[in-house]
Amino acid sequence: MRYHTPSSFEDATAIAARATGTTRYLAGGTDVLVQLRSDVVTPDDLIDVKHIPGVKDITQTEDGGWRIGVAVAGAEMTEHGGLGRDWPGIVEGMDLIGSTQVQGRATLTGNLCNGSPAADGVPALIAANATVTVSGPDGVRDVAVEAIPAGPGKTILARGEMVTAVNVPARGQNGGDAYLRFIPRTEMDIAVVGCAVNLTVEGDQITSARVVLGAVAPTIRAVEDAARAIIGTTLDDAALDALDAAASAACAPIDDKRGTIEFRTEVAGVLAKRAAKIAYARARGEAK
Amino acid sequence: MSKIHVTTTVNGDEVEYLCDPRETLLDCLRDRVGLTGAKEGCGTGDCGACSVTLDGRLVCSCLVLGAEAEGKEVTTIEGMATGDTLHPLQRKFIEHAALQCGICTPGILVAAKALLEKNPDPTETEMRYWLAGNLCRCTGYDKIIRAVMDAAQEMREAS
Repeated sequence: MRYHTPSSFEDATAIAARATGTTRYLAGGTDVLVQLRSDVVTPDDLIDVKHIPGVKDITQTEDGGWRIGVAVAGAEMTEHGGLGRDWPGIVEGMDLIGSTQVQGRATLTGNLCNGSPAADGVPALIAANATVTVSGPDGVRDVAVEAIPAGPGKTILARGEMVTAVNVPARGQNGGDAYLRFIPRTEMDIAVVGCAVNLTVEGDQITSARVVLGAVAPTIRAVEDAARAIIGTTLDDAALDALDAAASAACAPIDDKRGTIEFRTEVAGVLAKRAAKIAYARARGEAK
Repeated sequence: MSKIHVTTTVNGDEVEYLCDPRETLLDCLRDRVGLTGAKEGCGTGDCGACSVTLDGRLVCSCLVLGAEAEGKEVTTIEGMATGDTLHPLQRKFIEHAALQCGICTPGILVAAKALLEKNPDPTETEMRYWLAGNLCRCTGYDKIIRAVMDAAQEMREAS
């Protein structure tokens, strides 16, 4: 294995584009090094991106959005303050991943590029309409986060391409988001179901919404029917029932010892309702 | 395969080692630097026995490459006592008998110290969540938590 420490994204993608064997980018390493150590994936070229300027930065853009560097660790997102005030759902999703030790290293970009349908960091990003900047041999483009996962452990990124930043839109007025997951214990586990809701209100009426489910299909998915169920409502009982039904209807989960198909399908509806209530309260300034 | 030359700081001392690119920081600390305090439990970031700090941040050294430590500051359990004087956390672990086999103990001490530096007055709940990534299969955790809370109190009173 060759270990590279490029000092620019151009150099990093050039190394990857030239490589003929297995290539991995290394940021936090909490997936890559586990796979390396357990002989699941042994890269021929390991490209450590942490020497590239700016990768550890969280910056607010001119329009009020946020740019999260690819090597920013979960703990750094939690400690940041401003990002979490605007997008608490994104920060709380990332914060659910792993232990204190893992939080010191694990990154949002890594969570996305690992391609797990149960990635806790990703649903709230999709709910926020976040994009990632992708660099590669063909130049630089922005891609919706939603479009990156292609299936369990797979992304649409081609050889030589890499994510170079996560771009979160400006929060704007009267908006709120939330992420909840179900696990059979209180900590240190992988989502059996995850749900993110992002919405805006005018007065007490919901004017826009995104509902995103994790761990109930081969990829994390935005559920338009679930969003439609609450847009135009005041999140009354009828709207919550419709949200519950739409979320459950969107599920196509696996059946395993951690959660049966029936269980995951039912819990998706329950979490959608709870996350929507939290996002609604945050949008109305009634909760942090 | 060519080895990588790494210069890093461990417990305040500059150290150098040559390592294979696949070698973890844990293996480098134990086999190259000779500091065997950090233990390998799982080797996959689940148990916390290999906890060290890297530029002040608590990490599992089994999930850091030795090569990544270049130019960084690493602290391990060996840097905890001052000469022959144990750190209050170490002393309280003995007083409360908060260990049996001892494999998890260095990692828990390093992790607990990292929390107390960030928050000298944690609640028991905060402490338990902070240490959730440090597994112990002997004591059942209560003695560990009591030792840490007691040490935290003593350190607050002393400061």
